[in-house]
Amino acid sequence: MNLRPEPLVFELSSPGRTAVSLPKGDTPSYELPAGLVREDSKLPELDELTVVRHFTRLSQKNFSIDTHFYPLGSCTMKYNPKANEVAAGLPGWRNTHPLVGAEFSQGAIELIHKLQVMLGEIGGFEAVSLQPAAGAHGELAGVFMIRAYHLSRGDSKRVKILIPDSAHGTNPASCTMAGLETVTIPSNAEGGVDMDALKAALDDTVAGIMITNPNTLGLFERNIEEIARLVHGAGGLVYGDGANMNALTGVFKPGEAGIDVMHFNLHKTFSTPHGGGGPGSGMVGAGKTLAPFLPGPVAAMEGGKYVLRDPAKTVGKMKAFYGNFGVLVRAYAYIRMLGAEGMRRVAENAVLNANYLKSLVEKDFPVKYPRRCMHEFVAMGDIAPGIHTLDIAKRLIDYGIHPPTIYFPLIVPEALMVEPTETEDKEALEEFAAVMRKIAEEAKANPELLHAAPTTTPIGRLDEVAAARCPVLCYRG
Amino acid sequence: MNIDTNARYRASHEYARKDGAEIVAGISDHAQSSLGDIVFVELPEVGKTLKQGEAFGVVESVKAASDLYMPMSGKIVAVNEDLQGDPALVNKDCYGKGWMIRFAPADPSEWNGLMDAAAYGKEAGKE
Repeated sequence: MNLRPEPLVFELSSPGRTAVSLPKGDTPSYELPAGLVREDSKLPELDELTVVRHFTRLSQKNFSIDTHFYPLGSCTMKYNPKANEVAAGLPGWRNTHPLVGAEFSQGAIELIHKLQVMLGEIGGFEAVSLQPAAGAHGELAGVFMIRAYHLSRGDSKRVKILIPDSAHGTNPASCTMAGLETVTIPSNAEGGVDMDALKAALDDTVAGIMITNPNTLGLFERNIEEIARLVHGAGGLVYGDGANMNALTGVFKPGEAGIDVMHFNLHKTFSTPHGGGGPGSGMVGAGKTLAPFLPGPVAAMEGGKYVLRDPAKTVGKMKAFYGNFGVLVRAYAYIRMLGAEGMRRVAENAVLNANYLKSLVEKDFPVKYPRRCMHEFVAMGDIAPGIHTLDIAKRLIDYGIHPPTIYFPLIVPEALMVEPTETEDKEALEEFAAVMRKIAEEAKANPELLHAAPTTTPIGRLDEVAAARCPVLCYRG
Repeated sequence: MNIDTNARYRASHEYARKDGAEIVAGISDHAQSSLGDIVFVELPEVGKTLKQGEAFGVVESVKAASDLYMPMSGKIVAVNEDLQGDPALVNKDCYGKGWMIRFAPADPSEWNGLMDAAAYGKEAGKE
């Protein structure tokens, strides 16, 4: 990594520098009205080579799955195969336009259709819409669908969504955005949904439940069928948060366990780029009850041709055109490369890797819910006096490892959420475990090393409290 | 763990302390210490009526954002305006200068359902 701190583009600016020389104008020029002219905009002025060097040096500081181990829990930072990029870069995809009519884009609509069918098969769903552009966007679509279903039956008093306390923070946010209230359901001693609390919360004001399986503790929700039965019995519907689908592909179909609507993150489970490398895709699948409410358009086959149409009672469009099409091509390529057998092995190896890593790490970093995990596990970082999870995370950076997700889920104090994914080999897992052991020793023998970390990066420990309390969002030089 | 023995507590770590006919509420020392450095506190409007267990605000630390729950039902008569400028008061003095709301209880008997200091200490110690 290029370790020299990089100045801001503003600091490199020199008055009058430009990257291109524009030809002299051949139309008359006009003065802008005085009130509209700003003198304080401070736009940086640079030549082309300085700009190229600035951004190239910044790119050399990138930390990515292509350069480092990245066990960021719940984010499924698996390797993104380069073959996906070749497929997405084919000129036929690259040069098409979303406003080209269906008759001239049969191939693109065919791909959308086939991907809908494959994802429906993986999830056990009647129908799929590829519209949403991210996981939380899929959640919002699902909650809209649940609300539309109740309203279509004239049932306007169902305004509550039940959410376990281990849920992703996006779940309550999606409900609030859809105008519904959230009710928190506590976890039981085994890390699953507290069934008595669930029963007590169920009444005719409940629109549904949002359930994540495996949950954010990395534990399979064993009562999933019973939860669905109880919620359905009270007239509610079941939303599945599919962020953790990487643990289940080819093994468990959520649609067959009573989930009415669910999103999958193509940028997690289906190996499309994630984080800053996106964009994302949060497709939604639905069972018979909610399929007519899916966002449109969806692809269908009619009279021997592929067409785009809206489901009968659609909640409408969630995004311009047809979702993030380039991402859909990548996910399609991934599923076709692996096949049904390969998709099953993804889940098996994701679970195997997580359990192997857990067995190596839990001696030094205790796991609050120690039963066998799925694709990830949650350890705790307060292993020595004065040492917090944040110190462990920062020290990992010094060893060239992206820190796990920290302080989430909220129900585990000092949480360290580790998800290795199936694309890491045994040596990479053992190397991570060895680094964790070393950090555990440092925490006891030389805690200052951890408090000072990271020391091998262009910028050291940031003052996160000051950044949150007094954020400076604009250049003030 | 510092526990105000004059206060009573919810399992979700809010305290309630009698002050004449009114109740002063905030979060316990255990809660502020688990949350870490608090960066933002959102409080309700004065005059709002809330039921026991309903959210009255949000506390945000560098680690997490958490809802704050009414220890008893009541009408908000004052909120601690100082927390807007200096949310760290909750870390420094949660039972004193870091108080959050003052409310007129709708049903004073709800007090009896809250945990006393000894029961809360036992409960928080489990975590």
